[in-house]
Amino acid sequence: MSPAEVPRSAAMVSGKHSLGFVVPALVLIGVFLVFPALWTVYLGLTDHRLTGLAAADPQVVGAANYAEALGDERFRTSLWLTVQFVLGSAVLGQAVLGFAIAWVLRDRRGPLKSVTEGLVLLAWILPSSVVAFLWIALLDRDGGTLNAILHTPGFAWLLDHPMMSIIVFNVWRGTAFSMMLYGAALENVPPSQLETARLAGASTLQQLRDVVFPHIKGHVLTNLLLITLWTFNDFTAFQLTAGGPEGRSEILPVYIYNVAMSGGRLGFGAAVSFLVLVVNLVLAFAYLRLLRSRGEVRPS
Amino acid sequence: MIALRGLTKEFPGGVRAVDALDLEIGDGEFFALLGPSGCGKTTLLRTIAGLETPTSGRIEIGGVDVTGSPPGRRDVAMVFQDYALFPHMDVTANIAYPLRIRKVPRAERTAKAAETASRLSLSELLDRRPAQLSGGQQQRVALARAVACRPKAFLFDEPLSNLDARLRLEARTFLKRLQRELGVTTVFVTHDQSEALALADRIAVMSAGRITQLGTPSEVFRRPATTFVASFIGSTPMNLLPGVAEDGVLRVGGAELPLPDGVPDGEILYGLRPEYADLTTREPREKGAFRGKVAVVENLGTAHLVTLECTGHLLQVVVPEGAEPPPGTAAWAVPRPGRALLYRDDALVGDA
Amino acid sequence: MTPVRHALGTIGRAAFLALVLGFFALPLLWLASAPFDAHPSITTSVPEFTLANFRALLDNPYALGSLRNSLIQACGSAALVVTLAALAAYALSRARVPGRDALLYVLLLLSSVVTGTAAMVPLFELATRLNLIDTHLGVVLTLSGGLLPAAIFILKDFMDATPTSYEESARVFGASAGQVLRHVVIPLVRPGLATIAVWAVANVWGSFLQPFILLRDPDKAPGAVILYTLYTEGGAPRLDVISAFSLLYSLPVVVMYVFVSRRYGFRFHGGIKR
Repeated sequence: MSPAEVPRSAAMVSGKHSLGFVVPALVLIGVFLVFPALWTVYLGLTDHRLTGLAAADPQVVGAANYAEALGDERFRTSLWLTVQFVLGSAVLGQAVLGFAIAWVLRDRRGPLKSVTEGLVLLAWILPSSVVAFLWIALLDRDGGTLNAILHTPGFAWLLDHPMMSIIVFNVWRGTAFSMMLYGAALENVPPSQLETARLAGASTLQQLRDVVFPHIKGHVLTNLLLITLWTFNDFTAFQLTAGGPEGRSEILPVYIYNVAMSGGRLGFGAAVSFLVLVVNLVLAFAYLRLLRSRGEVRPS
Repeated sequence: MIALRGLTKEFPGGVRAVDALDLEIGDGEFFALLGPSGCGKTTLLRTIAGLETPTSGRIEIGGVDVTGSPPGRRDVAMVFQDYALFPHMDVTANIAYPLRIRKVPRAERTAKAAETASRLSLSELLDRRPAQLSGGQQQRVALARAVACRPKAFLFDEPLSNLDARLRLEARTFLKRLQRELGVTTVFVTHDQSEALALADRIAVMSAGRITQLGTPSEVFRRPATTFVASFIGSTPMNLLPGVAEDGVLRVGGAELPLPDGVPDGEILYGLRPEYADLTTREPREKGAFRGKVAVVENLGTAHLVTLECTGHLLQVVVPEGAEPPPGTAAWAVPRPGRALLYRDDALVGDA
Repeated sequence: MTPVRHALGTIGRAAFLALVLGFFALPLLWLASAPFDAHPSITTSVPEFTLANFRALLDNPYALGSLRNSLIQACGSAALVVTLAALAAYALSRARVPGRDALLYVLLLLSSVVTGTAAMVPLFELATRLNLIDTHLGVVLTLSGGLLPAAIFILKDFMDATPTSYEESARVFGASAGQVLRHVVIPLVRPGLATIAVWAVANVWGSFLQPFILLRDPDKAPGAVILYTLYTEGGAPRLDVISAFSLLYSLPVVVMYVFVSRRYGFRFHGGIKR
């Protein structure tokens, strides 16, 4: 019997020992990850507040928070803005731009490739507070670099086009992931097949459709699911506009913060959080199903 | 001495890798556990080492019952198939590792490692990491590490299987000489019958968790106890032809051979090694030769393997260099007296 | 392909790359120039070189302290995550634990589902009731809980790739469980441990939402929060302080990224960053 066939020896880490090894991690995960998720459900059914009477003695109000949210103009606006944000910045922006960069750079070598990749990556790895301020500076009404370049002095991007601003910002911020994922995916496309298509006279679009896409279908789906999940939960836009002006860029994460933390309506905020949680669950579940069907697992 | 009594190892799921096994291995003996993959030989070795806990039965090493002892208390050294040299330690640290566990002072164990290394011609390599060594060097370092702790017994798991063919022969000779010099009881696992024949004082052929045959290499080679052993041992497979014993003769493959005493009438399996028959193109005078037509001739280097098409059966014969007939020739295979084996119900019943 | 089409394609690709470079470089230019500019303005310009802006940092009551806070929270979380994840991953990799794969799947699922955004209310409530508001420990525990599942997952991969024969060999030579761990397992998976440590530090270093919610006291706030307050709270932003601080605060993350990807060929794939 080769060692690979021999079942792993349990002598050193026996069942009991292994439990002792795993428990500390499980406790921490349980208290600070699982429990909060479950608690959200309960809190969402109460009128819990940060201050005042309902802070001391919260009452269970059932589905009242949900009914109120659905009837609330501000919530519905926020939901619609979130859809715009996710579709615009992630699905259209990051995925398309990321693929385009990966495609153009695929068989290039040398400094141009490293510099481009480096800049795109830098936008991704810098702390959110820093990049938020970089964009505030870029878009500033009076001295902003963008206005200086475009010769549009006094144009208030963040005030007049807040959604457009955070969407473009998030494309800039998050394209790196899509670029790297598609870059890796394109390496798996057999060059001989591309050459065959090119010899047959296929245009770039035909090559993409007939040769490249069938090979990277799985990657595209993975990419879209992950960046949707992340963009849907991204809080960085808060540091740019804080949801303003007048809630015109108040995507759901910012809405929850404004309602629950600034507004003090913890119960109501938890109810909205729960909706976010459900959407996350659906996306993550789809992602894991996808990974399992492809027989590989990668941390998300 | 290593003694196993009624040793059984059952894995969850009910697989019996070792099945009620009794075995005694003498002091200083070089002992081979031979069998195809999945026969339980590696599990048996790991159970002796203490890496697997037996389901039932006892293990004694040097007269001490070690069944319940952890691996480190059994005073054995094991060389793994992948050598398991620690990649983050240099050769000295690897060889000295068992001594480090025994709290031997650093200077002493470094000296000891150097001494062992020189014995295994590794002195030049003491500062290297395992990744900087060839396969053969790695194997010798693994041996040196086992030697350095002066155990009561060595346990080798396929010690030569990770080497390429040419190196394997060299390493085999080296291993045998080392074991002779040290005189330490050695149990090794292999699926390669030639390795077992070449190295071992005694061989246990295993199949499905049991020992099918136990004996010296020549016993196992000359008189395989079952057709399984017969077909497993030997570099060219043994001819196994169905026949019938009746009226004092053995009818097999179109030939009539004299039936040895004590073999009752009935169906029989006739076994003949290709090396134990002579091929001739003229009809032999003696009775009991297999007549056939030469179908295939394979060059083995110093000899040829001739496949003879007899009535309804194929028979293979090894002929010396230069004596091979061209394909299509009529030829006779004459079994050497006393070298053919007769099996009935998969047990050896006599030789002819 | 006709020569004209070929030429057009080349020009098109070059133009596209130029646009991409411009788009990604433009916001970053300010970070490269302003910290060294004697008169930093919000507009990117060629700096009048000075290091005075970094001196201005020393005068700011919160700037350097916040970096220390970032360090405490990042290293605390990294230590906790590496220790707990290593223990769990080792046991999960080596022992027959029923339902192990299902457990890993569920943990992984949870870590991507229960984001700071979705759980900010209960996390705040939990910290309040456990008296963890305004403590480093609160931030460390909250962030570690979110990082652990992915850390366990990655480390288990590392452990699975390490043959058990190393450990078994040491055991046959008489090493105790502790010795096997110290002499063999930890050195063998050290690259994995380093990766997880750097990954955790980088994650916590950049985190904004959790410390923003859990810390009220500016003396405890990490760099992410202090930087945010520097440009949002009160009066004209001190651009000299902001620019120098931004650079100082960004550098460790960039260095860590380069270190990990150079040393271990590790790409921050699959959300390793978040």
